[in-house]
Amino acid sequence: MMKPVGVLALQGDFARHMDSLKRLRCPRKLIRWPEDLETCAGLILPGGESTTFVNLLGKTGLKKAICDFAEKSPVMGTCAGLIILAGEIVNDNMETLGLIDIRVERNAYGRQVDSFTDTVHVPMFEDKPVFEGVFIRAPRIHAYGGDVMSLGRHGQDVVMARNRRILVCTFHPELTSDTRVHRYFVEEMAGKTDS
Amino acid sequence: MQMFRIDKSHKLKIGLAEMLKGGVIMDVTTPDQAKIGEDAGAVAVMALERIPADIRAQGGVARMSNPSMIRAIMDAVTIPVMAKCRIGHFAEAQVLQAIGVDFIDESEVLTPADERYHVDKWAFRVPFVCGCRDLGEACRRIAEGAAMIRTKGEAGTGNIIEAVRHMREVQTGIRGIKRLGPEELIIRAKEMGVPVDQLVYIQKRGKLPVPNFAAGGVATPADASLMMQLGAESIFVGSGIFKSEDPEARAKAIVMATTNYDNPDIVAKASEGLQSAMPGLEISEIPESQIMQDRGW
Repeated sequence: MMKPVGVLALQGDFARHMDSLKRLRCPRKLIRWPEDLETCAGLILPGGESTTFVNLLGKTGLKKAICDFAEKSPVMGTCAGLIILAGEIVNDNMETLGLIDIRVERNAYGRQVDSFTDTVHVPMFEDKPVFEGVFIRAPRIHAYGGDVMSLGRHGQDVVMARNRRILVCTFHPELTSDTRVHRYFVEEMAGKTDS
Repeated sequence: MQMFRIDKSHKLKIGLAEMLKGGVIMDVTTPDQAKIGEDAGAVAVMALERIPADIRAQGGVARMSNPSMIRAIMDAVTIPVMAKCRIGHFAEAQVLQAIGVDFIDESEVLTPADERYHVDKWAFRVPFVCGCRDLGEACRRIAEGAAMIRTKGEAGTGNIIEAVRHMREVQTGIRGIKRLGPEELIIRAKEMGVPVDQLVYIQKRGKLPVPNFAAGGVATPADASLMMQLGAESIFVGSGIFKSEDPEARAKAIVMATTNYDNPDIVAKASEGLQSAMPGLEISEIPESQIMQDRGW
């Protein structure tokens, strides 16, 4: 039996990530405090408001706990979750975790009236290399480091990427019924940790 | 007008509502207050010229706030900014969409503009939140295109009793629908004045097709915890923060209590050291003409 995948439940659309994991029949648990992470095989940081996340991560002690966790275990972040994991935010001085070497612009496409859905190209999904990209007040990856691999694109933009243990999307796979991004995280990343 | 369906546009609207779950949305009247809210951990702010307690005290017609005032708040924070239009006042809603607010609250806190019809919310790209007192009202607003529902409560009172009543009405209503047989759903829909497809959805999923938040009377961390435990997915705080003696500390405490609503030790810790909450109003002492929750139908 696989250890559960944790979903950070401080705020945001964590219930939708739980639904995606449930569709995959993956054991899962909500994470609100550092000790909740102890038994997890991986962690998902959901969409939500990144300023709220930063605030609560500091107050709960989860900031350090997640950094420690990521030394051995994989972490996935969508939208605000990606912002929290990023190395640098170009238009804000928020304190992110710096776990993946990407430069990110917050709300890069504009406000809610500029939110959109469009097809994202994900070559590694060989049978059907497209994915419905739901972009809500989405961030944009402006640059990424040598250890970061692009996994998905929307036009010229890299919208899905990973390094050794961190997987990020600027869009929201959890708002679709397509579980392939979550399956990739669970099977190829969380399922292959040695801890 | 359209049948309820989650098409691409509605997916984006409901999607933003999903991002606001488990959080606190705060009423603010100035850019400084908006910054205080954002720094305290608010997931969004509601920009308005007068908070409900002041509308209540000052009387007169309450309208959409001045666009320049809303813009100043949009410039001050990076979190989503909401603003209110009067019930049925689709031109105010058009203005709010043109400014670029992230969510429109078609709100009973303002003086209604139409005594029969609400705004056709399907006609907008920006998502709407609407108030309700029971399941029927919630379903009618969703049928009109609302992407989020909140309890009305009784705004500006600091008295939680009405929000509790409305949330319990919605939850009891949902449980009642779940028990019905298929042939009963049609007649129930007719009695409630709501589209049957929504009742089918509710019966299947046991919840509303859009997120369901609480508003109208939240003044303390324990109030927030209470509403979350009753089934609210986020909390609106109107007058409760900036009518208290310690807005910054109270804003932070309500955020902490909302995240950890099911952990009384944390709610207790969040409540310690706070100064006085807003004084509050007993509902029976409010003249009938000033009851806000009866606006909208």
